[in-house]
Amino acid sequence: MSEMTTERQPARRLPKFLHGVDPAVATAFACILLLLAFGSFYSTSFLSPEYLLQQLKVASFLGVIATGMMLVILLGQIDLSVPWSVAVGGMMACAAAAFGPAGEVLAIPFGIACGMAIGLVNGIGVAYLRIPSMIITLATNAVAQGLMVVYTGGFSPQDSATAAMRWLATGSLLPGVPNAVVIWAIIGAVAVFLLTRTTFGRSVYGIGNRERAAYLSGVDTRRIVMVAFIISGALSAFGGVLLAGYASKAAQSMGDTYLLPAIAAVVLGGTSILGGRGSYLGTVAGVILITLLQSILSVMQMPEAGRQIIYGVVIVAMLLLYGRTPPVR
Amino acid sequence: MSEWRYWLAEQRATLMAVGIFALMFLIYVANHPAGLTANVVQTASNKGVLLAFVAMAQTLVVITAGIDLSVGMIFILTNCLASWLVVGTAMETTLGLFAVLGTGLACGALNGAIVIFGRLQPIVATIATGAIYFGLALLLRPFPGGSVNEGLADALTGRLFGLIPASLVVLAAVVLVVWVPFSRSLTGRTAYASGSSEVAAYMSGVPIRRAKFAAYTLAGLLASIGGLFLTFFTYTGEAALASGNAYTLFSIAAVVLGGVSLFGGKGSVIGAIFGALAFRTIGDLLFVFDLEPLWQPLFQGVVLLVAVSLGAFALFRVKNRLEWFG
Repeated sequence: MSEMTTERQPARRLPKFLHGVDPAVATAFACILLLLAFGSFYSTSFLSPEYLLQQLKVASFLGVIATGMMLVILLGQIDLSVPWSVAVGGMMACAAAAFGPAGEVLAIPFGIACGMAIGLVNGIGVAYLRIPSMIITLATNAVAQGLMVVYTGGFSPQDSATAAMRWLATGSLLPGVPNAVVIWAIIGAVAVFLLTRTTFGRSVYGIGNRERAAYLSGVDTRRIVMVAFIISGALSAFGGVLLAGYASKAAQSMGDTYLLPAIAAVVLGGTSILGGRGSYLGTVAGVILITLLQSILSVMQMPEAGRQIIYGVVIVAMLLLYGRTPPVR
Repeated sequence: MSEWRYWLAEQRATLMAVGIFALMFLIYVANHPAGLTANVVQTASNKGVLLAFVAMAQTLVVITAGIDLSVGMIFILTNCLASWLVVGTAMETTLGLFAVLGTGLACGALNGAIVIFGRLQPIVATIATGAIYFGLALLLRPFPGGSVNEGLADALTGRLFGLIPASLVVLAAVVLVVWVPFSRSLTGRTAYASGSSEVAAYMSGVPIRRAKFAAYTLAGLLASIGGLFLTFFTYTGEAALASGNAYTLFSIAAVVLGGVSLFGGKGSVIGAIFGALAFRTIGDLLFVFDLEPLWQPLFQGVVLLVAVSLGAFALFRVKNRLEWFG
């Protein structure tokens, strides 16, 4: 009870149009503005529409991956198999493309299906075998890595992306708007619809708050947890497909740099890591925030070492601002 | 009669780990072309000890129902640091050793402070600090290189009396100096208690914060001993992201194989050590059976997946379905 009242207090002090805005989301957006202001000191082109659109395009890959991660985190679980789900998605889509015209057509669905398979194993492990998600997803990540090492090791596989993948990631159907951004917008809209307008979404929040209570209210919690992990695997793999299209080829380590940003984006966007609380708007803010941070660090010519350190420090600092769990009492 | 049965019940998971290791090692040695020689044992123990130290570190944190996803990165960071500092005269080397161990302690203490006083979730907090430690490691060694006091390195990775691997002796010494006092103290008991039920531990008035802080800090220390040994084996420092991630992952695998409950409150460092040795032996089994090294990551992954799935057998004992949801 006391938790509820403390949460509502800041909303009362805010002006009327800000009622109901999560303070974490507001902080994240404030940090985005701060980063933009800071970036414009470094280079005048930082605020130009072309540059911002380019940032949005880069952000959309992370956005797609973070959407799946958010779903899993809302359940109070975590998906650490993102790195190799991304790689498997990209590599398998490229591999399918080697099998003639039919392969070209089926490349993208096949890549996503492989990601769903990883998600299925995760989901069964977490939902039905009750293995802690952190452990089973680490294990499937290792198995996926092993499979890819075996797959690439024997012979030199097809690793260049199909035209369709390249078009999805780099082309633009609407003049001026990159396709990747459109895809993220569509996936985001579906995610918002799922989370706020369907029983599935309500159940996700319910399970995140207390799975026992959700189960007793007649929700098939295990199926929903499994489906959420499958969606997460599919979206990671789709992110990998897009990334392969963007770089026009798939590589083994392409997913390694997406685990921490995906978790960070979701958590910085105000989604509770314990599950049950968070909005998609926050995740959007988190994704843009992370992408801008990365871009500013690269504009500043920061070497990789400094980038990692600043990255870690910023995430810890922002979490200390608003990601703390209540004390034991 | 009942006395030793209680002891057996308490140590069942640990004894299981010892059994798995003994079986794996027997298969390994039986199929090794050289058979059971001091050399084979030395190589096996040198490889196993690296993971054993990291697994010990992970165990301390897991006992408190936390997780440290930065152990691999502390391991890498201290490896890079040792490749700068543990060189030169005996005096310089000693100072270097202390500096490396101190760094490990500091990394662990930072994790502990963030998790306990910052009240952040251990998963996210240690992933983030892991990024910081890896960044520092890259700063120290942008390219692989450096050196180490080779006399010391050879002594610690060699054999005592031409028979016993020195690395095993160091491992035993660390267990005696770090684990035995810790597990027998109030702090250690509290670590178990808070892992088992934090609320109950809080109600009993035991020093939860001190125990958790000690667990994270000692984990940093143990990971840095692992980092030192990596330097002794390779003579160089390298900031390899893949290797850091692999050690974090394998440490969890070793902990699971060693019978330490990931929900906290159960298990011991001894079990984790044998889990680590068993995990390493399983990886090496592929070589004695002449399989391609390419299959090693997949094989290790599958072993890990099977090991964690074994925990699901506990579900058969559940009488009330609500217990599924912890």
